[in-house]
Amino acid sequence: MGTKRMNASRRNFLKKSAALAGTILATSALAPFNAIIFAAGEPEDKTKIWYGIGIDIEKCIGCGMCAKACKSENNVPKEPFYYRSWVEQYTIKNDGSINVVSPNGGIDGFTQTVPEEELFKTFFVPKMCNHCAKSPCTQVCPVGATFESPEGITLVDKEYCIGCAYCIQACPYGCRYLHPVTKTADKCTLCYHRITKGLKPACVEVCPTGARIYGDLNDKEGELHKFLKEHNCQVLKPNLNTGSKLFYNGLSAEVR
Amino acid sequence: MEHLYEILKHVDGFIYPNEIELQWGILIILYPYITGLVAGAFILASLERVFKIKVLRPTYHLALLTALAFLIVAGLPLVSHLGHPFRSYEILTTPQLGSAMAIFGFVYLWYLMVVLLLEIWFDYRYDLVIWSNESKGIKRRIYKILTLGVTDISPKALAWDKKLGYIITVIGIPSAFLLHGYVGFIFGSIKANPWWSTVLMPVIFLLSAMVSGIALVMFLYMVVSWIRKVKIDMACLDEIGKFLFMVLILDFTLESLDQVHRIYEAEESFEILHMLVTGKLTYTLFIFQGLMGTIIPLLTLGFFRMYLPKEKLRKPIYFLVSCLVLFGVFFMRWNVVIGGQLFSKSFLGFTSFKLGMVGLEGFWMALVWMIMPFLILSFILWLLPPWKKHSEETV
Repeated sequence: MGTKRMNASRRNFLKKSAALAGTILATSALAPFNAIIFAAGEPEDKTKIWYGIGIDIEKCIGCGMCAKACKSENNVPKEPFYYRSWVEQYTIKNDGSINVVSPNGGIDGFTQTVPEEELFKTFFVPKMCNHCAKSPCTQVCPVGATFESPEGITLVDKEYCIGCAYCIQACPYGCRYLHPVTKTADKCTLCYHRITKGLKPACVEVCPTGARIYGDLNDKEGELHKFLKEHNCQVLKPNLNTGSKLFYNGLSAEVR
Repeated sequence: MEHLYEILKHVDGFIYPNEIELQWGILIILYPYITGLVAGAFILASLERVFKIKVLRPTYHLALLTALAFLIVAGLPLVSHLGHPFRSYEILTTPQLGSAMAIFGFVYLWYLMVVLLLEIWFDYRYDLVIWSNESKGIKRRIYKILTLGVTDISPKALAWDKKLGYIITVIGIPSAFLLHGYVGFIFGSIKANPWWSTVLMPVIFLLSAMVSGIALVMFLYMVVSWIRKVKIDMACLDEIGKFLFMVLILDFTLESLDQVHRIYEAEESFEILHMLVTGKLTYTLFIFQGLMGTIIPLLTLGFFRMYLPKEKLRKPIYFLVSCLVLFGVFFMRWNVVIGGQLFSKSFLGFTSFKLGMVGLEGFWMALVWMIMPFLILSFILWLLPPWKKHSEETV
């Protein structure tokens, strides 16, 4: 009995050591972009799909098609107070002042009012739910109506939401709103109804410059991994440790 | 939705497009305000019971019943504010325990059922038995029901009442701390919001709760005495004034520390918060909460520590001080709840807030919620008048 137990514990020790060595080896192989992977937290199951999003600010032309398509596809109220996805225009002048606008979420496009000679730089930042791995919004929901799907997508069960708006307060990115008709919290689902059928999210589908991609963070051969490997990506408000899975290429320090 | 278009015109700088509408309005201001009054009133009552400060005896029962009246109402503004009030039971049936808000139902029920109702019942049981024999008609029946069939008033049973009541008060003190400290945590734990996210928030909420609860009992004691045309016990009033002064100092110190800390650390959010307090919150923070609700009462009560004017002058001053403190703490809640939603989480701009008069989230409705606990208290005082208790002399 005693020998058996000792053997078992030795076997466990060897197993654990091997697992540890394997993890260290695998982690060191991920070295070039492991900071991003760890910033996003760990997927529950590395063999299954775990969605993330990539946005290339350098490619965005501010046409607002993504925001428009999102509203149509998901029946988001048309009034300019409710957005699952929107585009912001950042204008930094030579004097250092920052001007940010997002008229009607960018749906109607943008105009640049600052004369060219005063411009230091200007760019567009498309925004949407960051589908955080450690999302503050799901943390605070008192009844568990908002939750993370197995694919890593933050969703709201509108049949169960009590409409307390605590999640809206907790989202650092302003991605949630209280739906004026259902009186429940509403947000981007990464077009869950589409992606589960093999279709692209509406915003990704309509982007004329391919500035938006989405994909499986567990797929080491996938498009999103390639994007993360080839670009210097950053997440919004990394200090808040939300495990954001929305990665921006070319994110300027002014953007919040 | 017209009001949102109106607000849209008053947006300063840049805000995320979903941030135009404030999610939490006057009802969510009332929720921590009323809960704070409960916790504060209870703590004042327990000073007499647990810490044996006998001079506070005239306000002991009043403070307890005040806590009960306000606690009955405390959760209602919160529930009525929900998008789906009829789903509120889900917080109790399927709480998501990672949420600070999920615990509210349990903390509330614990405090109501285990602490307040039990303590009051043990305290009044002897009187309920006597009154059920003395009264007639419906009142007799109500008293009978309230005794819950326990009619043993032997000295041994009464000694047990006293002992159990004492134990519950002892449990009640940390419960009162929990109730309101917890309400502070609901705000303090939101890392997305730098105006709320401070580890001091639960402590500040608790101290301001004590300040407001003590002021409320002071106010009510004077009003009830005037209505009953009885003499106010000045020793008791002075003692309440002393406690109010002490807790006000602590509250003021901690709130100042919080602000000093913010200013000195001057993190990323500093500029926008600076603009917030010197802009949209100027009146409510510096004048209403700071000057009227804190500085003037502090100086007045502090002066009373050095020199006590004549009773005739002291009474109206105490009355005024209690009103000012209640007013100030209301605006402390206002500054937290509304202030925290006025600036954008992009730290680049502000939305605006205008309290409407009508509607569920309007001024009149808020006034109804605020008057309701006073009506409930009047009823409770009629049913369980502390001044007609027998146990005072006999036990």
